[in-house]
Amino acid sequence: MNTQKLKSVFAEALDIEESFITDELTYNSIAEWDSVAHMALVAEIDDQFDIMLDTDDVLDLSSFSKAKEILTKYDIAFD
Amino acid sequence: MIYPYELKKKEKEIYLLEKLNDLTVHHVKNSNAYKAMIEKSRGFMLAKSLGEVPYLPVQLFKLMDLMSVSQAQVVKVLTSSGTTGQQVSKIYLDKETAVSQAKALVDVMRPVLGGKRLPMIILDTKSVLKDRRSFSARGAGILGFSTFGRKHFYALNDDMTMDWSGLEDFLEKHKGSKIMLFGFTFMIWKYVYQESVRRCIKVDMGDSVLIHGGGWKKLQEEAVDANTFKKKLFEQMGIRHIHNYYGMVEQVGSIFIECAQGHLHTPKYADVIIRDPITFDPIPYGSQGLIQVMSVLPKSYPGHSLLTEDLGTILGEDDCLCGWKGKYFEVAGRIPKAELRGCSDTFALGQRGGNG
Repeated sequence: MNTQKLKSVFAEALDIEESFITDELTYNSIAEWDSVAHMALVAEIDDQFDIMLDTDDVLDLSSFSKAKEILTKYDIAFD
Repeated sequence: MIYPYELKKKEKEIYLLEKLNDLTVHHVKNSNAYKAMIEKSRGFMLAKSLGEVPYLPVQLFKLMDLMSVSQAQVVKVLTSSGTTGQQVSKIYLDKETAVSQAKALVDVMRPVLGGKRLPMIILDTKSVLKDRRSFSARGAGILGFSTFGRKHFYALNDDMTMDWSGLEDFLEKHKGSKIMLFGFTFMIWKYVYQESVRRCIKVDMGDSVLIHGGGWKKLQEEAVDANTFKKKLFEQMGIRHIHNYYGMVEQVGSIFIECAQGHLHTPKYADVIIRDPITFDPIPYGSQGLIQVMSVLPKSYPGHSLLTEDLGTILGEDDCLCGWKGKYFEVAGRIPKAELRGCSDTFALGQRGGNG
């Protein structure tokens, strides 16, 4: 369920189709996920999962799979 | 030990010299223009001390597109600020250099801001970020520092007027939590501070820390120094902690932030040397001269060692009362316009083989 939720967060923040979002999707690999969009993505993750990512995690969040890994630290479970 | 301000003189020199020599080799291999310049000066050789690392004048990036990667690898282009019609520097970043830049900024700021993101007020307009691939110095600064913030609020409207009601809402919403502010020195003074004085609007930011940079040139004309700036912004807006920083788009990694003592500090991966503006020889601590900046981060373009147009003074090394190690220094400002001609001579000298 959280995987789907995170997918919609990515789709919303980066303004891309959900079908583009796979574990391999990485930062700066598509024009839509640049540094400006990254801030929007982080804000959306904060809001939707009701957490507050640490500064280091904002930088480490460099792919969709990495995002899941990081969110696990904030007690969000992925199937 | 406060990372990245933990290395003392001797160990830092060894660390930097190896990395900077590696970078010189790397750029000679990967940038024909850089290679030609090095060969035309004194020929390639490994530096035996930091003072021997060859440097380029920072203005060179206004005249040439210098990069050590292919165009296809470039993910971000930074441009210097410059008034209309003036040439701007173009700095090409690949993924690796862009990432290390972002990481360095976080390292440098952590001792001041901590690891938790703070509600953030950006004392600028959002329109600065309009162009997504090419960033002005202003945009790059805002974006880089945005990492430390959350719930970002841009306090200036597009026409540079203050959004007072937006600010009030923001402060109400984040009452009780520490907030961070970021902006450029002159713009803060002109569009925020002076505007609040003129309109008799006093604000209390509460537990707040302001990070600002961009230079004092315009404020010097109004006889506003760092202490006045801090005092006035506290009185008018209740900003408790204020840290100036010195840096330039031309050299990623060189972000020098003011410590609690009000001194700019060199982090582990960057350093400064002060040179005589006429002979370009390094001069002793305590004397004012041209600032040379060095950083181990610029890999995608040959900017690891640059001679700036700024005058500064090294105040000491490893012994600042704040406890951070490394050199600490102050910046006096840009060299006077009349001397700019001397500056283009630096380029000529670099080609002939100054003792850089």
